[in-house]
Amino acid sequence: MTTTTSVASGGLFARPKATHGFWSWFTTVDHKKIGILYGFTAFGFFIVGGVEALLIRLQLAGPDGTILNADTYNQLMTMHGLTMIFLVVMPLSAAFFNYLIPLMIGARDVAFPRLNAFSYWVFLFGGLFMYSSFLLGGAPDGGWFGYAPLSTQGIPGSLLPDGRLAANMDFYALGLLILGIASTVSAVNLAVTIINMRAPGMSFFRMPVFIWMAFVVQLLLVFALPVITVGLFLLLFDRILGTSFYHAGGDPVLWQHLFWLFGHPEVYILILPAMGIVSEVLPTFSRKPLFGYKVVVYSGIAIGIMGWGVWAHHMFATGLGPVAVTAFGISTMFIAVPTGVKIFNWLSTMWGGRIKLATPMLFSIGFVTMFVIGGLSGVTHAIVPHDAQQTDTYYVVAHFHYVLFGGAIFGLFSGAYYWWPKVFGRHLSEPLGKVHFWLMLIGFNLTFAPFHILGLQGMVRRTYRYPAGFGWDAWNLVSTIGAFTIALSVLVFMVNAVRARTRGAVGEADPWDGRTLEWTISSPPPEHNFDEIPTVHALDDFWHRKYVEDKTGKLVPVPAGGAQDAHHEGEHGGGHGIHLPSPSYMPILASLGLPLVAYGLIYGWILSIVGAVVTFAGLYGWAVEPGTE
Amino acid sequence: MNRPKLGTALRTLAIAGVGLALAACAKEAPQDALAPEGPVARQIDALFRPVFWIAAGVFVLVEGLIVFAIIRFRDKAGREEPKQVHGNTRMEIAWTIVPALLLAGISIPMVLTIFDLTPSHEPGPPCPSDEVCVRVIAKQWWWEYEYLSEGEPNVVTANELVIPVGKDVFLELTSDDVIHSFWVPKLAGKQDVVPERTNTLLFSADVAGEWEGQCAEFCALSHANMRLHVRAIPEPEFDAWIDEQRAPAAEPATADAIAGRALFANMDLFEDRGHLEFACIQCHAINGLEGAGARVGPDLTHFASRAKFAGWTLHNDDETVAAWLTNTRALKPGVVMPIFEGFLTPEEIRQLTAYLRSLT
Repeated sequence: MTTTTSVASGGLFARPKATHGFWSWFTTVDHKKIGILYGFTAFGFFIVGGVEALLIRLQLAGPDGTILNADTYNQLMTMHGLTMIFLVVMPLSAAFFNYLIPLMIGARDVAFPRLNAFSYWVFLFGGLFMYSSFLLGGAPDGGWFGYAPLSTQGIPGSLLPDGRLAANMDFYALGLLILGIASTVSAVNLAVTIINMRAPGMSFFRMPVFIWMAFVVQLLLVFALPVITVGLFLLLFDRILGTSFYHAGGDPVLWQHLFWLFGHPEVYILILPAMGIVSEVLPTFSRKPLFGYKVVVYSGIAIGIMGWGVWAHHMFATGLGPVAVTAFGISTMFIAVPTGVKIFNWLSTMWGGRIKLATPMLFSIGFVTMFVIGGLSGVTHAIVPHDAQQTDTYYVVAHFHYVLFGGAIFGLFSGAYYWWPKVFGRHLSEPLGKVHFWLMLIGFNLTFAPFHILGLQGMVRRTYRYPAGFGWDAWNLVSTIGAFTIALSVLVFMVNAVRARTRGAVGEADPWDGRTLEWTISSPPPEHNFDEIPTVHALDDFWHRKYVEDKTGKLVPVPAGGAQDAHHEGEHGGGHGIHLPSPSYMPILASLGLPLVAYGLIYGWILSIVGAVVTFAGLYGWAVEPGTE
Repeated sequence: MNRPKLGTALRTLAIAGVGLALAACAKEAPQDALAPEGPVARQIDALFRPVFWIAAGVFVLVEGLIVFAIIRFRDKAGREEPKQVHGNTRMEIAWTIVPALLLAGISIPMVLTIFDLTPSHEPGPPCPSDEVCVRVIAKQWWWEYEYLSEGEPNVVTANELVIPVGKDVFLELTSDDVIHSFWVPKLAGKQDVVPERTNTLLFSADVAGEWEGQCAEFCALSHANMRLHVRAIPEPEFDAWIDEQRAPAAEPATADAIAGRALFANMDLFEDRGHLEFACIQCHAINGLEGAGARVGPDLTHFASRAKFAGWTLHNDDETVAAWLTNTRALKPGVVMPIFEGFLTPEEIRQLTAYLRSLT
């Protein structure tokens, strides 16, 4: 029998021991610490992406803006999209997945802890790699969608003096490839964790909906990322090797198919985690079970599957011909069905409940109400002939911000307020949380509701300026004011978070009267999560330990100490004799090589060799470093 | 999307009432897709409106129920623990099937319209007698139009598409560089313009008028400055316009314009100053001027007949043309045409301006 401290001595490959302190963050393999790292890093990128958005809104506050030039605008516009999708919403979701999946399924860690650390470091270095482009001559400037041949052949005047292409879009392709590695590795890890590491008794249909949505997302990632990977490799071949997959001799539309065949499942990769969070928060604060658990799960799966059959609705103006657009128009219409089912189930969950409007609940309700708007505008996109008026205008920008901000970001903030006391052992302030919510809701609608009108009045996306006299001036100003209101709300959140460190109410194990396993353990959870792996007897197992239903279905607390079951350990001695994986230097080392390989493809192969050696050394050390026993 | 749009529309009215109203609607929002002015755009709009109102109804219903639930079921002192309802299969089936039927209903007119709007023939000659066929070549960042006769260009012009009232206009669209998108919101939906492909778009104007449009697909630096214009005139006037455009360039009359023409065609001067590739005729065609046949930039034969230039962003007057010739990229970032400041003298720029402005 070993303990966490009895690390085998392995000379060169001795594993680090520290599990506390600054340096332990670099070698940790604890899913909770990795989750926190994901959360803070992604929030940092959220600030950066937000500042980019504010600069864009300043430029567009009035006609003929002169704050940014066209080149800078295009870089900021591209990086705002890339950042918010790949460096904010995806990793913020990953933060919740990492932290919560083991806790909610009653496991001690994920299936492959070192791989988990590797995913995080690859994500961080991928993000830093992409952002280093600002210092190295210019960030990606071809839009987050990187349409060829613009992305493969550059623009007049963008060639370097020696005739080479400027590296902007190399950073795009290579950065996304690195981030794709991070996501793929993480997706495999988490999928395996959910399949194999559920506590005894937790059958698939006793998993919390959040876990279900997490599971669907991991499967989507595993299948969607290879598509964009192929697309990006061909893009790089065109740029670096001079092939012509996407221009003269090839087909620019091929890129669009590959990009959106990834890009549409990606939309659900972004939104399903938030849907999972909302499906946990609404029942807790309504004190009712999720209405139609199985239907919510099935509709999530249906969205995951149908999401593969709608990609060409991003291409209705490309010229695909009437038969193709008809097929994709109809499939797009019907993907609204499972989404609508979820909305009605959430509504019915609240119906007849005892609704506590705590901050997590406010953000979840915000999610549902805003997502309805984004869903309805989505249905109007499916009217193919009218989509020819909508696409590439601010109407579309309005739609996807209602889905990804009003949806995903509101859902993620809901989760942040909900699980904050569990993660940090301190509550965020409720009054500040409410100020945050209302400012954000108002700011959000001020910013993005006008886009519906602007788009239908003919304002085209991705233009660094617009002329006066088109009826766009007033709404653009309103939108800019809204954007700064959002910024203010985020500041309030940051104040709240800092304040909570010292002055937040101390978190109990179960502050919200929760339903799922993570609330059975202390806040913050011990390193080994569960002193004893729980045995699960029902969906919402923890709830059923605390309450039973009387004959009319009313809630009745379990009379004698049922709820205490969960806390019976804890005081002292909990966790002895539990085997936990040791920290490791290898994940960060192996991931450090990847951006070097990428730099090498831009600046000279010697760097690539160095990077490959570093990564190989990391993986080799990984393979041979001693286990904990 | 519906409530904010509706709400904001109401607020717009309110603002107008307070006295901030601008001119007539059409003038105020010349690219307003919600105020279609051509048959195709109207047909598209007619499809959208009922869906909008259905969506608005769903919006009011769902959001209303949510707000009602929050108010009605909000936790208060003394509220009993709720009944634990786990689901209701019948209701869940209902809210799966009803939206599905609603959407199926919407798709029927949609599919019919898709096929109705699809041009009945492929690109290439012959052009049916009741249509005007124009090849549109998108370039960073302007539009070239070839009016086709037997598949051959009859007239070559730029940025402003002149069409006869009441006749179907058949566009064969292709791109010289990256993907663009041709869009005149009040007349038709947009059509992407893809290199290596020829897409088609059929539309018409049933009244005389002028409409604004612009490139809708991101095409790098001056995407914002790739605008276009459609002018519909009665068919006899259109025929006369075609004849005018086919004619060779007007003879310059003033001394400046004559000097400007000489400069325009003078390769030696540009070569002597070290940039042969800067010579005007390296890129621009002028019908009737010897040696001026290049098709890199716009055909300038009747340059002065167009009210705007540079991707329909700049007014075609002496001052602006001179400013353009002095420093193109200050007015339109990224454009290929060189900056002549410091290369040509102000005197030479004045002469070139005079010549270009004489090309009616």
